[in-house]
Amino acid sequence: MDEATMVPLSYYLALSGILFVCGVLGFLIKRNIITIFMSIELMLNGVNLSFVAFAAQWHALSGQVFVFFVMVVAAAEAAVGLAIIIAVYRTRETLNVDQVNLLKL
Amino acid sequence: MTPNPYLWLVPLLPLAGAAINGFFGRRSSKKAVTTVALVFCGAAFAMALFLAAGFSSESAPYSCDLAHWIRSDKFQVDFSFYLDQLSLVMLLVVTGVGFLIHIYSVGYMWDDESFYRFMAYLNLFMFFMLTLVLAKNYLVMFIGWEGVGLASYLLIGFWFTKDSAASAGKKAFIVNRIGDFGFLIALFLMIKHFGSLDFTRVFAAAQRMPAGAASVGTLTAIGLLLMVGAAGKSAQIPLYVWLPDAMEGPTPVSALIHAATMVTAGVYMVSRSSAIFDRAPLALTVVAVIGTLTALFAATIGIAQTDIKKVLAYSTVSQLGYMFMACGVGAFSAGIFHLMTHAFFKGLLFLAAGSVIHGIGGEQDMRKMGGLRNYMPWTFWTMTIATFTIAGFPPFAAYFSKDEILWKAYSSPNGSWFYWLIGVITAFITSFYMFRLWFLTFFGDYRGDPAVHDVKHESADAHATHDKHAHDDHGHGAPHESPWVMLGPLVILAILSVVGGWVGIGGRFEHFLAPVFQSGAATELAPGTGGEAGAAGTETLLMLISVCAALFGLFFAWLLYLRRPQLPARIATSLGGLYRAVANKYYIDELYAALFVKPLIEGSTTILWHGVDQGVIDASVNESAHAARELSDAARHMQSGNLRSYAGWIAAGGAVVIAYMVWMGVR
Repeated sequence: MDEATMVPLSYYLALSGILFVCGVLGFLIKRNIITIFMSIELMLNGVNLSFVAFAAQWHALSGQVFVFFVMVVAAAEAAVGLAIIIAVYRTRETLNVDQVNLLKL
Repeated sequence: MTPNPYLWLVPLLPLAGAAINGFFGRRSSKKAVTTVALVFCGAAFAMALFLAAGFSSESAPYSCDLAHWIRSDKFQVDFSFYLDQLSLVMLLVVTGVGFLIHIYSVGYMWDDESFYRFMAYLNLFMFFMLTLVLAKNYLVMFIGWEGVGLASYLLIGFWFTKDSAASAGKKAFIVNRIGDFGFLIALFLMIKHFGSLDFTRVFAAAQRMPAGAASVGTLTAIGLLLMVGAAGKSAQIPLYVWLPDAMEGPTPVSALIHAATMVTAGVYMVSRSSAIFDRAPLALTVVAVIGTLTALFAATIGIAQTDIKKVLAYSTVSQLGYMFMACGVGAFSAGIFHLMTHAFFKGLLFLAAGSVIHGIGGEQDMRKMGGLRNYMPWTFWTMTIATFTIAGFPPFAAYFSKDEILWKAYSSPNGSWFYWLIGVITAFITSFYMFRLWFLTFFGDYRGDPAVHDVKHESADAHATHDKHAHDDHGHGAPHESPWVMLGPLVILAILSVVGGWVGIGGRFEHFLAPVFQSGAATELAPGTGGEAGAAGTETLLMLISVCAALFGLFFAWLLYLRRPQLPARIATSLGGLYRAVANKYYIDELYAALFVKPLIEGSTTILWHGVDQGVIDASVNESAHAARELSDAARHMQSGNLRSYAGWIAAGGAVVIAYMVWMGVR
């Protein structure tokens, strides 16, 4: 592929930023734990996008390798996180984070 | 200087005994504790005898370097021991009298539940005392000096559940600190001016110092500071107040530490430093004046005391004053001579008094004694010898040593008739209060428990059976003779009190010690050579006068306390205020309390406690803790427990970091 047919880097970065900000806002606004959890995945993938974009731009493999790491961590996090969510639901019978606040003073 | 590899064993043996008894004594039987204590103390005595047997004036002094201690450029201090004529005399006195008192203590303290602790402390005391007298330099001496203070504190407060004993121990320790402070500064001055603390080097340096005001000033300062230390340890004015209170300790302790050995450490130290004092005439005069005044002052207090041990305590202070008087007029060997005889007869007096106290169930008030010569003949006879000795009757030991001091006080170039006169007056008072004690305790009728009084009128056989019974059954109340383990030391000390002075006949003792006091001997002999014949006549006259003083003391005591027992009370009322002042020890304790103790406590309370400690130190700590709490209380509200607010904080923080980086990048 030559330069002209390539999608410019800035597009990728903008999309990545939009995805990340969507994730942040979702995390802040939503009350359902599942939704918050999905927002975290969204942020991770937003970052992943910028990684691969930079990797393609600079022809450096390390960015792609890093994405794999992020995906592995995300998968592990999903497993642990979902387990925690189930445990929380069993004890509290709710998925609303505003009612899961026993750790405060 | 001849090396002697065995010297260090002498102090270390009692230390081993103290360690064994201290660590394992609680679980051992009393027999085992006794064996350990006596074997190790006896071994030290045997070592001392062995050293004395091998001692020859040609090869003296002996020394033994154990280990290096401080090595700093030119300044060196080693753990080393030293044996010359002076330390040999001290060594034999300390181990000999100490061993006898160890034996006596076994009988006296047998029923005490902390018997092992007592024996361990006694052994510990022996270790420190022997370190003190065998030290080769001032710093090792200072270890012993502080150590005997510690042992004294532990033993005065031996019955620490008794409030008065605990505070008496503290008083002794604190008053001694004042003296030790002076001693310590003297050591610093020595390091500064002589660069060493080793006896031989210090004395050589002191001799070498150029004549002139500067060096005399330095030596005088050192001498006076050493005297401050000696006054604390040896209970001289103004620091004597701890010794009478120290009688709260068990009687063997009073005999060993507060009569025979430890309190004489000051005399030993001043004599040891004779090379310094000889070049500091002013310091010597101060020593003599303090000693003379103390001798008289303490003797007068002794007249009106009713506690048998308090009388002996003031007597000790007074006799120590004699020793300092001797040192002060440059007659160091006379002081050491009196130190030795005093160890015998004062040790004996205390042990006999302990036997009396033991025999009548712990009573110490002489007004409740009387007639005891029928109940305890051995104690009576040994006490009689001791009383005649301290009063200065020939041929008992103190006759020789006290007359030596009085003669030197009169005849030596540093002396004067003033010292002699006060010395003779003191001798008279000493004789008076000692015979007062003797008459009150052993003559007349028993004034204790009236039930016991009847026993006296029973037949001799009945009394004998009763006596045996009382041994097994303590607290019975009837006066009884002490067991042989206590009487043995009394008898030996009584023999020593008789013959101990004979070593001084013909100046043999002085001649023996002469190499130690070489510089002093030179000045002493100079005037004596002029009128030797006339001096001998004067000496005899002075001797007669002091014997007469002792006889007068005996006579007045007999008149007042045996012939006309109602007379003392009449005299006391007619003297009124004076008698009350004497009976209350001239209110010196009250004076010190008002002058030093109360301002110190007040100042500590208002300024140091409420002001500095609570106002500054505590307040700053409390305030910083308070501020930290306020701050964290404000920060605490960030932690709402709301997950989304945490996320918000993180997001805000991230935004700030990004904004900062962007802004930096733009710049």
